[in-house]
Parts: sequence; C-alpha cells; structure tokens
Amino acid sequence: MQEVEQLGEEYQRSILDRISDSFIEFLVSIISAVRKGWREKNRSRIAEWKLMFYALNRSPPGVIGLFLVTIFVFLGIFGPYFAPYKYNYFPIFDNGDTYLSPPGQFFLLGADHFGRDLVSLLLQGARTSLVISVIVILMGVPLGILLGLVAGYFGGKIDELIMRVTDMFLAFPPLILAIAFAAVLPERISYLINNYIYLQQILLWLFALDAREAGNLSRLLAVMIAMAIVWWPGYARITRGSTLTERESLYVESAKAIGLSSAKIMAKHILPNIIGPILVYVTLDFGSVVLTEAGLSFLGLGATPPIADWGRIVYDGSQFFPKAWWLIIFPGAIVLFDVLGWNLLGDSLRDVLDPKLRRSIEFKVKRKKPKEERR
Amino acid sequence: MEGMQGMSSFSNGFSSSSNLLEVRNLKKYFPLKGLFFTKGYVKAVDNVTFEIRKGETFGLVGESGCGKTTVGRTILRLIEPTDGQIIYDGRDITKFKKKDMDWFRRKAQIMFQDPYSSLNPRQTVFQIVMEPVNHHGIDVHDPEAFVIDLLEKVGLNEGHLYRYPHEFSGGQRQRIALARILSLKPEFVVLDEPTSALDVSVQANILNTLKDIQGELDLTYLFISHDLAIVKYMSHRLGVMYLGKLVEVGNSDGIFEEPLHPYTKALFSAIPIPDPEIEKRKEKLVVKGEPPSPINPPSGCRFHPRCPFAREICSQKEPELKKVGSDHEVACWLY
Amino acid sequence: MIGTEKILEVKDLTVHFYTYAGVVKAIEKVSFDVYKGETFALVGETGCGKSVTARALTQLIESPGRIVEGEVYYHRDGETIDLLKLGEEEIREYRGKEIAYIFQDPQSSLDPLYSIGYQVSEALFVHKMVKSIKEGVKRAVDILRTVLMPDPEKRVSNYPHELSGGMKQRVTIGIGIANNPRILIADEPTTALDVTVQAQILNLIKEMKERYGATVLLITHDMGVVADMADRVAVMYAGKIVELADVFTIFKKPIHPYTRGLLKAVPNPLVKIERLEAIPGTVPSLINPPSGCRFNPRCNQATEICRSKVPELEEVEDGHFVACHG
Repeated sequence: MQEVEQLGEEYQRSILDRISDSFIEFLVSIISAVRKGWREKNRSRIAEWKLMFYALNRSPPGVIGLFLVTIFVFLGIFGPYFAPYKYNYFPIFDNGDTYLSPPGQFFLLGADHFGRDLVSLLLQGARTSLVISVIVILMGVPLGILLGLVAGYFGGKIDELIMRVTDMFLAFPPLILAIAFAAVLPERISYLINNYIYLQQILLWLFALDAREAGNLSRLLAVMIAMAIVWWPGYARITRGSTLTERESLYVESAKAIGLSSAKIMAKHILPNIIGPILVYVTLDFGSVVLTEAGLSFLGLGATPPIADWGRIVYDGSQFFPKAWWLIIFPGAIVLFDVLGWNLLGDSLRDVLDPKLRRSIEFKVKRKKPKEERR
Repeated sequence: MEGMQGMSSFSNGFSSSSNLLEVRNLKKYFPLKGLFFTKGYVKAVDNVTFEIRKGETFGLVGESGCGKTTVGRTILRLIEPTDGQIIYDGRDITKFKKKDMDWFRRKAQIMFQDPYSSLNPRQTVFQIVMEPVNHHGIDVHDPEAFVIDLLEKVGLNEGHLYRYPHEFSGGQRQRIALARILSLKPEFVVLDEPTSALDVSVQANILNTLKDIQGELDLTYLFISHDLAIVKYMSHRLGVMYLGKLVEVGNSDGIFEEPLHPYTKALFSAIPIPDPEIEKRKEKLVVKGEPPSPINPPSGCRFHPRCPFAREICSQKEPELKKVGSDHEVACWLY
Repeated sequence: MIGTEKILEVKDLTVHFYTYAGVVKAIEKVSFDVYKGETFALVGETGCGKSVTARALTQLIESPGRIVEGEVYYHRDGETIDLLKLGEEEIREYRGKEIAYIFQDPQSSLDPLYSIGYQVSEALFVHKMVKSIKEGVKRAVDILRTVLMPDPEKRVSNYPHELSGGMKQRVTIGIGIANNPRILIADEPTTALDVTVQAQILNLIKEMKERYGATVLLITHDMGVVADMADRVAVMYAGKIVELADVFTIFKKPIHPYTRGLLKAVPNPLVKIERLEAIPGTVPSLINPPSGCRFNPRCNQATEICRSKVPELEEVEDGHFVACHG
C-alpha cells in the first residue's frame, strides 16, 4: 500500500512545511472539537491536505502568489476598519495644502485632489475590489458549472442548445455590455436600493460604506451585473469539457449499474472530480475580474466618488499626471500585485490540486548530496 | 471450496428451468454518425444467444473488439440493446420500466476491468461501499460494522475504512469494488476482465477470492476475459466470440479438450504456455492477419478470410450454432 | 547454442526518481551480463524496475529520474564503451543505431503527423544511413517488406491511424531494425496486442533476430512469452534482480521464493488447476522499501537475516544466480 506520509528521514521539512502543518493541525483541531471522531475518519484527507501544501511550498511562485493573495484578502476584509482616515473625509476643507500633497508631506503615500489620504483610499479600494470579484465569481461560477454539467453529461441536442447560447454570450464583449448597462441600469438599481432597505443595508455592509453613499452605489453595481452576465460562459465551457471526459469513466458507469439517477451522478460523482480544474480557473479568474473591474472604473464606468476604487483613483489621478505621479503609480502597482498574486497562485494550484500531478512534481529540496554527483 | 464441488454438477445438462439468464438473439448496433446522416452501423454484437445456469461461471472469451464487453454491459442494460431478449429469472428485462429496473439492479452487478478508474477518487472506502445500500434504501443497523464485515469478506480490514482509493494497489482496489458489489447481496455478477490490469501474483489472489465468494454466497458469474488460461481456471461453461458472433459454446472442459472452431483452435494455439519445454517445441497454428472491422464484416462466416480451412461455402453462407456434443455447440461449416 | 562473448555488462545500475512524495528507488544495484546473439529476458511485475533498467542502459531516463550510479559496458569489436559516461550527443550515436528500442504502445511511439514511410526513413536519415529522406522512403519499402507488412509500396504513404495495432507494431519493429542494430531492446512489445497478433509479432521478432544476428533484450511480465522467446532470464522484484539463469532452469528449478511463487500463480491453460497459489501481500513501496531482502514481508520462509541483511546475487551453480539467504 502507498502510505500517504512518506517524506523520508533524509528530508527536512522546511519552515514553510511546518507552518502549513501547524495551520492544518489548527484547523483540524477546531473541526474535531465540533465533530467527534472527525480526525480519525479523515486521516487520509488530512495527510492529503498536508501534501498539497508541501507541493505548493516547493513552488516559489506559488508561495509568493499565496502570500500576495492572503494579504489582499486580509486587506479587503479588514482594510477599511484600520484605515487611518475614512474614505469620505475630505481634509481639503480643513487644510487647503493637502490638495495633491506629495508622499511624505501630510500622508505616507500622498493625497488626491480632495486631499484624501491615498493609503486609506487604497485600503478602502481593496474592499471594493474584493467584494466585486467575489460577487461576480459567485454569480457566474454556479450557473456556468450547472450548464456545463448538464450539457456535457447529456450531450446531444441539450448540449448543442446550451453551448450555442454560451457561444452567443462569449461573443458579447464585456466592455460594450458594461457601457450599455451603465447607461440603462443605474436608475433601476437606485430605485431598488432605496426601496428595499435590507438590500441597502447588506450592500453597504459589504462595501463598508456609510449610509449616505447608498445612492452612489448604483453605477458600480450596474458594472458588476454586466460582468456577472458575461462571466459564466467560460465556466460552462471548461465544466463541459471536463464532464465529457469524466462521464466516460468507469466509476460513473458503476454508479449507473447501481441505479443512481443522472442528477445524483452529476452531483456526487462528476462534480467532485472536476472541481480541481474549476478551482484553478476561479483563482486565475479572480485576477481577471479585479483587472476588468479596475479597467471599467478607469474608463469612468464603475465607481463614483467618493467610493474608493483602484481604477477610479487612477482615472482621477490621470488628470494631474505627471505632477501627481503617486496617484497613478501606487494604485497601479497595487492592481498589478493583486492580479499577479492570483495568477501565480492559480498556476501552481494546477499542479497541486491534481493528486497524480502532485505526486510527480520533482522534489526540489535540499538533500544530503550523494557521494558522486552525476552529470 | 465446498460450494465448488456442489456446483460442478450443474455443468452437465440441466433442464432450462435452472437457467438464471437467457440471452436470445441479442443485437447491439452502434450508429456511426456522419455530418447529417447515420453512415452505417458498428455491429458490435450480432445475434448472440446463450444461457447461464444458476450458480455457474460462464466464461466469454475473445479478442479486443469482438463484442464480449458489449454483451456484458447490454445484459445489465448499461447499454440499451438494439434487438433481442434478455430473460433473467424468467422475466424479460429489456421491457423493464424504472421500478422493475431497481429490482434488477439489486440482483445483478458488474465488476470492471480497470480498478484505477472504477472507484470514485473523491470517496472514502466507507462511502464507496455504502453508496449502493444507501441508494436502494436498505436499512443497515450499524453501517460501520456492515462495511467492515464486507471488507473482511474480500480480504481487507477495518483500517482501510476511511481511506481513499489512491492509497491502494490495483488488487486492493478490485477488492473494494467487490465489497461494493456484495453490499447489495446480488445473485448475478458480470466480471468484465477483472484481473487484466493486475499482475499475475495479485491476479491469482483475486481469482481465488472470487471463487470462494461464489461458493459462499451462491453467485452466478459471467466472466469476460481475453485470457484463456484464466477462463479455463474460472469457468464451468464457455462461449468464444469473434467479431460480434458466438462461434463456439459449451462445457468448458469439453472445449478445452477438443476445440472445434478454427478460431478457437488458433486462439488456443497462440497463448504462450509458461513452460519452455512445451512452448519452444509446440506446433503453432498462427492465423494470418487481424480481425477485420465490425463495420463491414466479411460475408458468410466472419472468420473465413483468416481461416486456414476456409471452403467456398464459408464466404457465402453464415454458419449457425450446431449441436455437436451433449453440451457443445459450434458455428462452423466443417461440422 | 549461445556465444560466450559479452555484448553488454551492466554493473550496479541504480536509478532514483526524486518525486515530491519521496525518493522512489526504482532500481538498486542491478547487475547482469548479456551475451552476443542471445535473447535475454527481464521479467517481473509492474513497478519492479524492468522498464527503467532497459531505458537507463542508454540514459533514456527523464527528470525527475536520475541515474545515481552504475556502469553499462558495451563491447563492440574489441573496444569497450561505458554508455553512461557518454554525453547526450554521443549517446545518440548509439541509441537507435546500434541499440534500438521497441516500445509497448505502438500508438504513442509513432508520430500521427507523419507517414510511416517518413518515420522509417527518418530513423535511417538521422544515423546517416541514407542521404535524403526521399531515398530513405525507398529503403523503407524494403524494411516494411521484411517485417511482413502486406503491400509495403502502398503502406509507406499511410499514416499511423490508418493501421491496426499489429501493423503499427510491425512499423515500430521496422524502425527498430532499420539500422541493423546489434542490440534490440523490446519493452513489452506485445502487451497491447491480442493473442493471435501477439503470436505473429513474436514470430517476427524471432525471425528478425536470426536474420540480423541481433541480441535481443526482452522486457515482459508474461511468463508464457518468456518461455517462448528467452534463452536466459532475469527475474526482478522491487528494483532488484532476485534470480538469473537460463530459461529451462528458471522454469524447472527456480530457487528464489518469489520466482517460485510467480510461476505457481500463472495459470497454465494445459493443466486443470483446482486452485492457484497466490503470493500474499502486495508489492512494497519503492520509497520506503522493506529492509533486508525486499521480498521478506511476502515470503513464507523469511527468517531474521532476511529482515536485516540485503542478500547479494550469488552463483549457486553454473550460470544460475540467486539473491536469497535461504
């Protein structure tokens, strides 16, 4: 039998390995505290998690990606709360000198044309970016997966129908749709926000905004909806592709031989086995959503001030370029690192999530050198 | 082994009432799709008739593409037959609707060739074995004890309960698959090349387990394989398939003693015997060429282009299965 | 019967795969000699290292695998070359020309984009046996004829997907013998084929061997094929050779418990067997192989020494080597 934990004695677990091990042990002890006997029943799964991190730890880009992503997710969640200033505090009314003040004068990274602290804006912007990417992905992915599963599993005419509709959406440029939506939707959205107080509360809480900003949200939401609408076809595609190969596998046939229904086979047998490549795609996609959203805001379609948004900061700052270079460089760099983080992570997840690939990765770890080194 | 001795009495002629499964004129044509029209049919199984008696192992041998696997799957209606009847325990399962199929699925199961893909890699052994029971709503008092009991029956143990398939070797996976099948207490199991992906030392283990369990649980097997040595070891009765047709069928010992169809002869002569004294000296009947495509099978007897004994009639008229012994039929113009 | 002239001497060949799950010690200190003109079979079960051994002979080991130690002496007209000391450019001179391979899966060893004539011709061209690909294609017709390909004039322009499995294996054999190799390494050449076709291909390999006087290194798991083809046999288990002798001795008087178990586990279609004898347990992990003799956990005669000391391959009688403490 292959043992799961088989790092030989000649290998030292690296510091990263130990950190990830203790992180997993921590998670496991929490779960076991809630559900008795969980650890015993899931020994293999826990060992597999550890192996997954070992594999990730062997890939420096993956580690950097995970590090960047962790930072940006952390900032997205908590950033607005420990920002030095509020995003809607305009120091320019108290002190005219804060107008486009360069880095170091009043604030660490300088100020925008309202005298607002750039650090606080970037922290607030991290929230905007994170919430939008999560919502777009959450709206797009399940729909895409569902359609892809159904198309791939049943094939034939159903497949044709679903995939041609998907093609239609794929042919739709998100930019044009976003422009159209930005023109049409905001009024309806404001109506909704103003009439459904719970929706308003939830949205404000999500974006960490004050109540008076409710009216400014509508254009941002319009862009978000436009993106969600064009985002699912990619998932339908990859899900269908993976489903096509997976439905031929013998365990699917074995499930049929027991008498399982198609829906059960899809949910219990196919989906768990294709979720790996989908997760990779989701990770890579987070970067794309962040970039697209920033791009649309840069074109003036998304966030409206005073809502902080990385793309919007660059858009506003571009009027004062090159004098106020910090308004371009810093948000630009932030977007760059955020997207880079997701992409690096996604690329190495591809190897890490596949149990077979994971085992064949070359073990690049320092080891006592054999006596004689061969070419 | 005690069960085995009782069973050998089935091999010489019982009344048809002891038949668990009767396959009558089974046909399976796969359409070949062109751009707009169906271009033709792959005649994977063409007019196959045989019966399997209760408690026996019926071996089905032939080379790749001969349709043996399709027969196995069609019998379980994992593939819908094009034509013909499949009579299980006196009832024609081709006419079954959902409710009857549920009944049939509990009685008849299949074990697949490739243990590396027949188990869902995301399920633990416990989930894999319990799935059939859960699906059919069978009440199990203590699921863990139930699964452990099954695992022990197939030669695994308690420690394997919460592990994933990739932690097991090929032979052990086949045992897990077997435990899953046995969880429903079936009567009939199709064994589709259950050991062809395994090494010989492991293969012997699995074959022995299958034999023991057959005796213990009174199972009936349809044993599909390309390996004659294994089929000889396992089966009481035997059918030889070539290009979608059954060419010879009957008592296994009888066929091995005196193969009649030229294809069966060639097949027997081609297996290398694991004994250099015999193997290096034996005369071989090496047939020329390879099996033709089942899309346009040869006219008449499908084996005639490769047959060293082919006569004129062989290319013109298709031979029917003819009774040549007490339990021995052959489809060949030579007899 | 067989010449006593060594053509290949393998000494302490060790290959490790550095995978992320650990170091897979695929083969450890494998040593054997191959004599000129014989058919030498390496037999064993999946993962025993027989294919790795065959590939390591000409450094055909891909990352993460590495040849850790060992020598492969190739004797040619009085000169002796250590194949493992050669650089990539130099070894290519030998690979495919003097030492040719036939792999298990003809499907993947032929390039679907080129006609088979081109592929045979290419094998000739890279070793400068012909001046141009065009000339090579003409030669390819003759080569395909020698491997008993029906209608070779037409077949040269066929693509791999137009041929059946047996025909494809004929083409790979044709590529293998194109340059009159001195050693032909056949790695499970018939595993992907049906028995009736297998018989044809095995006959073909025998014929080619006789015609060209080549030495054949046959890698297989099928004891029947070994009985048919081999002159001498090395049985491998978990990365080590456990027994080595001529084919009659191996089948008649096997000594190592693994060889004995293996032979008992193979059903013989000529004999009515009531019950096969199986070897208990499974093949060990090559990441943490058992200490001492690697077969000891499955061996019913294992003693204390088997668990503590690695048995060396020793000659128990003339030409019969066994690695067992028993």
